[in-house]
Amino acid sequence: MATRKFTRDHEWIDIDGDVATVGITDYAQEQLGDVVYVELPAVGKRVTRGGEAAVVESVKAASEVYAPVGGTVVAVNDGLTAEPATVNADPFGAGWFLRLKLADPSELDGLMDEAAYRAFVAETA
Amino acid sequence: MTTTGHRGLDHEEPLSFEQDAPGRTGVDLPAPKGGKNRLGGRARARGLGLPGLAEPQVVRHFTRLSQRNYAIDAGMYPLGSCTMKHNPRLNEKVVRLPGLGDLHPLQPTRTVQGALRLIDTLAHWLKTLSGMPAVALSPAAGAHGELCGMMTIRAALEARGDARSRVLVPESAHGTNPATAALCGYTVESIPANARGRVDLAALATKLDGSVAALMLTNPNTCGLFEDEVQQAARLVHDAGGFFYADGANFNAIVGRVRPGDLGVDAMHINLHKTFSTPHGGGGPGSGPVVLSKSLAPFAPLPWIVHGAAGFRLVEHDAKAFGRIRAFHGQMGMFVRALAYMMSHGADGLRQAAEDAVLAANYIQARLQDVLTPAFPGPCMHECLFDDRALKDTGVTTLDIAKALIDEGFHPMTVYFPLVVHGAMLIEPTETESKASLDEFIAAMSALVRRATEGGQEAWFHDAPRLSPRRRLDETTAARKPVLRWRPPEPATAAE
Amino acid sequence: MRYLPLTPEDRSAMLAAIGARSIDELFIDVPKSARLAALVDLPPHQGEIEVERAFQDFARANLSPFSTPCFLGAGAYRHHIPAAVDALIQRGEFLTSYTPYQPEISQGTLQALFEFQTLVALITGMEVANASMYDGASATAEAVLMANRVTRREKSILSGGLHPHYRETVETYARYGDFVIESLPPDPEAKEDVASRIDGDTACVVVQYPGFFGHLRDLAPLAEAAHAKGALLVVVVTEVVALGLVETPGAMGADIVVAEGQSIGVPLGFGGPYLGLFATRERFVRQMPGRLAGATVDADGRPGYVLTLSTREQHIRREKATSNICTNSGLCALAFTIHLTLLGEAGFARLARLNHEAACALADRLARVKGVRVINDSFFNEFTLALPRPAIEVVDALVDAGVLAGVPVARLSPNQPLLERLLLVAASELTTEADMDVYVAALAGVLA
Repeated sequence: MATRKFTRDHEWIDIDGDVATVGITDYAQEQLGDVVYVELPAVGKRVTRGGEAAVVESVKAASEVYAPVGGTVVAVNDGLTAEPATVNADPFGAGWFLRLKLADPSELDGLMDEAAYRAFVAETA
Repeated sequence: MTTTGHRGLDHEEPLSFEQDAPGRTGVDLPAPKGGKNRLGGRARARGLGLPGLAEPQVVRHFTRLSQRNYAIDAGMYPLGSCTMKHNPRLNEKVVRLPGLGDLHPLQPTRTVQGALRLIDTLAHWLKTLSGMPAVALSPAAGAHGELCGMMTIRAALEARGDARSRVLVPESAHGTNPATAALCGYTVESIPANARGRVDLAALATKLDGSVAALMLTNPNTCGLFEDEVQQAARLVHDAGGFFYADGANFNAIVGRVRPGDLGVDAMHINLHKTFSTPHGGGGPGSGPVVLSKSLAPFAPLPWIVHGAAGFRLVEHDAKAFGRIRAFHGQMGMFVRALAYMMSHGADGLRQAAEDAVLAANYIQARLQDVLTPAFPGPCMHECLFDDRALKDTGVTTLDIAKALIDEGFHPMTVYFPLVVHGAMLIEPTETESKASLDEFIAAMSALVRRATEGGQEAWFHDAPRLSPRRRLDETTAARKPVLRWRPPEPATAAE
Repeated sequence: MRYLPLTPEDRSAMLAAIGARSIDELFIDVPKSARLAALVDLPPHQGEIEVERAFQDFARANLSPFSTPCFLGAGAYRHHIPAAVDALIQRGEFLTSYTPYQPEISQGTLQALFEFQTLVALITGMEVANASMYDGASATAEAVLMANRVTRREKSILSGGLHPHYRETVETYARYGDFVIESLPPDPEAKEDVASRIDGDTACVVVQYPGFFGHLRDLAPLAEAAHAKGALLVVVVTEVVALGLVETPGAMGADIVVAEGQSIGVPLGFGGPYLGLFATRERFVRQMPGRLAGATVDADGRPGYVLTLSTREQHIRREKATSNICTNSGLCALAFTIHLTLLGEAGFARLARLNHEAACALADRLARVKGVRVINDSFFNEFTLALPRPAIEVVDALVDAGVLAGVPVARLSPNQPLLERLLLVAASELTTEADMDVYVAALAGVLA
């Protein structure tokens, strides 16, 4: 069973061994509104923790998706290019963005668990 | 619903491409003689796919399209920060005079002395009104002027061997400011506003050091307020060895009453299409001359005009200049219109225009105060800014009010800008609206906000506008599956 | 003052409603030391009669290219503009509207822009075009910046056949970014070898078509050479009427086509406002600068148009935008759209052919003047003459004969002895036999 963690930039990350899946949270997609475009990195790209990994756009806004932890991109969700609406419809499932092979699993320690993230959102809103 | 789809004066009009008849044309030209070409083998064999229409069809097509546009000529257009004022028709007449509108930019300068004198006269007016000693005239629009001004600043800094890396921009700035600074190779940092909607001087001071090339500040600012501590801000920047770039988008509020040169400004672009009423033409063209301080003047871009013994001369090459930012000399068509506007108003009329613009905005601010909350207290300049506090819990948004205003016969105000004010409504009436038209706008706004606050009106507002040629358009689909051009219909394929 | 509707009574009533005693109270935030008490030192307001007279005075001190034989080109061309164009663009609904931010009441501008984008894509042979840029030169600079973004490379090679103002504009835009511009020397004989300079660091090569000196070259081999190294081909057109007759840049493999659209519908106007055209391939559209109109439907399912893909632009992306551009050249784009729609396929081709024929006839006649050589083998409506004397002197002498003889190359590229005697000469559908006769006789006289 994968463990799910969250960032203060509203990304989620599911950790499964040394590979992690990254997406944006339900709160993030709701704030953004209808997603019209997703720009994904090339497979093989190395990202550092907090570095720009992808871009997600609505009609009136563009946001960077930051890498919750450093690593190498091993897969991207090409389906989002044709159907960006998936990010709105299923942010935690079919709306995932990319998979990372972790560079340093200890970086995960700084992330929030679900309860902490909920409290964080409640505080921001 | 009508049989044709037309609704009285509002006609449904297909694309020109859908009215094509091959071979038809709207221009009669003499028949070519034929014979060998010298195109170096580059003659094109296939057609391009342009439509064929006769003149009456073309005139009707574009007339019908025009009737689907809102315009200042038709009604009040209080689009904040855009300065949609009346465009005098004399300006359109003089720009078309033979010998003015039809000059080639590369004629020998002795055949265009009148044109150069006109540009020099415009420069004199701009320098006098801004209190600045020099002006670079070539920028094609406001953002192009920013680019010109910021490059001038960078050239001046490099000339003194002082490489700097940062530019400071208030949170409330137009998006062009950070975009321009980035294009000049600077990193951009934003400065917060204080509770009064002005630049926070303390925050500015902490960010200033020897790495700051410039502060870019709009004044009056994008909240419609005069930066009352602008001179202190300029002094702080100068003390740190940086330059003060003023975004002159809102110069129209202070023409004839305040000279930017007296505020410590080093460079400022002036949008001739706002302050001096050259027509906006559906999004351009504009013109963005940049006035420069004495320390920046030597670094202006090419070209410039000098007075010589034999009249005016154009300097088109200079090894010291940082270069040119466009072809030829500048937006002459806009120079002519802007100068005609200035000469018509004169020193007295320009000052009166600024005063009337400020008066009109304050009048709206005062009269709408019982239904809406001004974002900041005190008098505004040429535009007034409200937040959406009054709409809280009504389900009605700033956008809904804007769309409902369309049904009331107005162009909406600027909405959701500046970003620092929640649900911002930025209203710029300009000096060319009569009191009757201001009163009508106030009545419409008041009624809409009152209706929203009654409760239960969410659906009614979301359905607005109902009376415009089109109702709300699906921008999400437009962005998800962009259709950016017409394509001929696919030929029907035979069934297998 | 005729433009100000408020009466003194209105002003008093409005001040009372505000609760201010005088207008000065509304300017209370202006620091005292910056308040102007008196009027600035400029003349007072004037009526239409006086202002119009002043502009007639300005105009009278100029020589109109429409009142005398004119052969000037070099990026700005004298063409006929059908009467309907100016009548339509002066409709207040077009002239006095702003950027179509409220699409429900801006369908006229938006549909016209959609048609404009389509026309530009068709004549350049490209898939998509934007809603216009300031002018051809700034559009070229934006194309170089875009090629850098697309390829993530830093070097751009500019052909010596590129208009010098365009070259200088690109160099200025690139000056303070992470860009390297390699500008090749002026190439009047069209002999340069651009292809061999392309390497793995090259973002793009920029060539003009027809070239600044008038030559027409097949760009397909250059496109292949660029693509083989992962670079883009940027094609610049300063005389769009040529596209009525010659192969499109798109068909030769261009990745970005930029152009000066002035020749279609926009008056010479002493150099501006003009009209930058910008077209590219569909897959690069999100890297394209400038506004874009797109088709969609409204709440009732009726077709309509909106500004779209705005997240590329400065008002959303701020310092990360594809360009800092905001204002475009909307009314000039409308004039272009109306003029090209009037011409249609048949008229555009005929207009181009007339231009080419006039230039061929003029080249033949001028070549017969003693001491004069036409250096081009190929050209559209503009070619380069080699004169026996500095071209600036010859042009100046011909002004006295009432002839605007062309653009001396040295005006744009000074202090280069090899270019000193070169003169760019353009003809168009407006050039008459009589104009040519006057020119040939005057030139022979000056050179005698």
